[in-house]
Amino acid sequence: MAGNIEPVSARREAGRGVAVALLVWAMLGGAMVATWAAMRRWWFPPLASSQGADIDRLFGIIFAVISVVFILVQATLGLALWRFGSRGESHRASHWHEHRGLEIGWTTITAVTLIALTVLGGSLWLRVHSAPPADARTVEVVAEQFGWRFHYPGPDGVLAAVDLTADRRGSPLGIRSDAPGAADDIVSRELVVEVNRPVRLLIRSKDVIHSFYVPNMRFKQDAVPGRVVEIWFTPVQAGTFPIACAELCGVGHYVMASTLKVVTPEEYQSWLASFARGAL
Amino acid sequence: MAVLEQDVRAAHEEQHRESLVRRYIFSQDHKVIGIQYLATSFLMALIGGVLAMVIRLELGWPGSVINQGSYLSTVTMHGTIMVFYVLSTALTGGFGNYLVPLQIGARDMAFPFLNMLSYWLYALSLIPLVAAFFAPGGAPMSGWTAYTPLSAVPQAAPGSGIGQSLWLLSLAILIVAFLFGSLNVITTVMQLRARGMSMMRMPLTVWGLFITAILSLLSFPVLLAAGIMLLFDRHLGTTFFLPAGSVIGGKVIAAGGGDPLLWQHLFWFLGHPEVYILILPGMGIVSDIIANNARKPVFGYPVMVLTMAVIAFLSFLVWGHHMFVSGMHPMLGTAFMATTLIIAVPSAIKTFNWLATMWRGKIRFTPQMLFAIGFVSVFVTGGLTGLMLGNPAVDMYLHDTYFVVAHFHFVMASASLFGVFAGLYHWFPKMFGRALDERLGRLHFWLALPTTYATFFPMHFAGLAGMPRRIYSTQLYGYLQGLEGLNRFISVAAFVLFVAHMIFAVNVVYSLAKGRRVAENPWQATTLEWTTSSPPPHGNWGEREVVVYRWAYDYSLPEAAQDFVPQNVPVEAPVTAVARQAGGQVAPATG
Repeated sequence: MAGNIEPVSARREAGRGVAVALLVWAMLGGAMVATWAAMRRWWFPPLASSQGADIDRLFGIIFAVISVVFILVQATLGLALWRFGSRGESHRASHWHEHRGLEIGWTTITAVTLIALTVLGGSLWLRVHSAPPADARTVEVVAEQFGWRFHYPGPDGVLAAVDLTADRRGSPLGIRSDAPGAADDIVSRELVVEVNRPVRLLIRSKDVIHSFYVPNMRFKQDAVPGRVVEIWFTPVQAGTFPIACAELCGVGHYVMASTLKVVTPEEYQSWLASFARGAL
Repeated sequence: MAVLEQDVRAAHEEQHRESLVRRYIFSQDHKVIGIQYLATSFLMALIGGVLAMVIRLELGWPGSVINQGSYLSTVTMHGTIMVFYVLSTALTGGFGNYLVPLQIGARDMAFPFLNMLSYWLYALSLIPLVAAFFAPGGAPMSGWTAYTPLSAVPQAAPGSGIGQSLWLLSLAILIVAFLFGSLNVITTVMQLRARGMSMMRMPLTVWGLFITAILSLLSFPVLLAAGIMLLFDRHLGTTFFLPAGSVIGGKVIAAGGGDPLLWQHLFWFLGHPEVYILILPGMGIVSDIIANNARKPVFGYPVMVLTMAVIAFLSFLVWGHHMFVSGMHPMLGTAFMATTLIIAVPSAIKTFNWLATMWRGKIRFTPQMLFAIGFVSVFVTGGLTGLMLGNPAVDMYLHDTYFVVAHFHFVMASASLFGVFAGLYHWFPKMFGRALDERLGRLHFWLALPTTYATFFPMHFAGLAGMPRRIYSTQLYGYLQGLEGLNRFISVAAFVLFVAHMIFAVNVVYSLAKGRRVAENPWQATTLEWTTSSPPPHGNWGEREVVVYRWAYDYSLPEAAQDFVPQNVPVEAPVTAVARQAGGQVAPATG
């Protein structure tokens, strides 16, 4: 038939099927080898919070599930291409296009798996967002283009009200010196917390949306102007950890870094004491 | 229905006498408009692709080519152009216009004038879009999602000046174009199907485009409203998205009352259906191409239709999974997690059905089949990581990192693009009467699939290591220092990927001039567009009336002489007649 598909010899077409099958399997194999290699070099940064342990565990479960599906589906795809390449004019495709049992089977397995993941994920999410323990320390986090400030209540445990529109040099966060609880409040450029002590954050932004991201704590929460988001976590490893901004916030987005220091209770007390009375 | 049909035909006869300008520039012929949409989309893809190369240059060699502000403009415009001005327009405007009337046996779209308007609004929208690059302060820097207040207050970023307003204006015009287009597709499918073409006989390509049109019609107006509200905030002093008591770029927002989360809800109410707007047409196209090249009926056709409808319905209920860490109430997060994971069920079923369609087939490895295979492969790879991101506690870590970039570049960008390429290799002969060069097509695929994996798969690792999106440089953060080599590798792979897609551009130019001439039905396909000449005349079938007798997948019927029976061949016809008619004769208008 002139102008129709160019006739290809059966051997050639089958050969093409084998080649494409090998390509698909090469992608599968490449992805597996790359992932195996990445686990040693480019995987999660060291874990340092109690919630993070739960998150990593759930990640591991989902990772196992999707790895199995990934391997099975890509391998089957390759197998279909390998086996069912055209084998000449005489050979014809099977007229097979319904199979109730197969369809019910794979729908049920998929649905059950996903319901299980939903239950696991939902319960962890509600734990992450549960009420903070009574012994949690409170720190107010204020984001702005392009930096972070951390507002501590001081020994009296009372956070003075901030007024971000009055925030300027000499009056950090716009805290009025005669405001209740203001006298001993501390405003720091780095976040210092005690190890194994839950820390309750009140996250807010002065200008645009930022996102408070501490990779080692598996912790991220947007800072939204006009709103205070309350959330907590428990650091379980002492050390110094990076804080990044994860929400595009302007030209300096990539330099909006800070540091989280997780210290012993004694170090924490001496850090607090290092601020002269009325450190504002 | 009949009256409408006559109107369309009358309009066409009129058009035959019209000038070249009316025929090929301000044309009301759905085929010309479809090709116009495709050509313009590819022009925009070139711009979007070059912007991607600039991003990769910067991330591979930080600080070498571009400053911080321009980098954010590049990221913003790359995303905007690729999502709205390339993939959406190529699939809904390009394939939607070209294929829907041809595959349902109509002579044109229901509203040809509206259709012409739709394309020219798209063309018009490109003027403010491109002008944004040259605005004082440059193109917008707030990402394709344009989160407020960054996008609302000019003081917030240099690109949040006039560039952002031009961006909004362009998007608003484009949305009107999409609305005209989707109204047209819906009406055409509902009203202009040929005799015998029941809904359940439609090819899955038409189903994909039809359901996509419904999605567009219901979701784009929300973004249009949001965009207009944002323009009001920017220019008329309203504060829909601005809270009181903030200070942005030194400007005190005293009278507020708005909420930045409102923008996110409105944006993602479109934004999530949008990713299905980009994938459903591809799913339909790929289903048909796999059936045609495996010489087998699509496996589980009714389920394929149902799963598309379920995906479309659920896509309106999942937008909050973009907002797990936005400050939205955590209980809402739980609800959105449930709908998000449920939507994976129909997606998985579709994948299994594609595999079953190939299974026990007689597969031809044409370039369109290769890209359809690539579609399945990258769709699975990208779809699976959605189960991680859809889980809010895990998303807490992965949100706004390169893991997300990897995820959507597989499942939405690459899969959708592979769908577009598969469709082009398949229907190019119908559009131009000449096939794309097969050898170049194979080369294109053999380079594109490995480099797609090499580019986007390692991005998962950058994300797991904690690399945020949209950062100008990884140099600042100590914990990202080890990613330099990884990022260079990704950049080099991306450059090769760009070259691979350029092969397609070469192929188009070469094949338009020198491509192999083809007959009506070069792929021995069953659907109606292959029963008319290549390219089809105005009105698609001349004086013949199109009547449909069977579904779109009568491949390898055991009792038929050939391994395909076109939809217009009567069921009661003797087997020998089937063989003669298979070349594309249209059944007589009886019954």
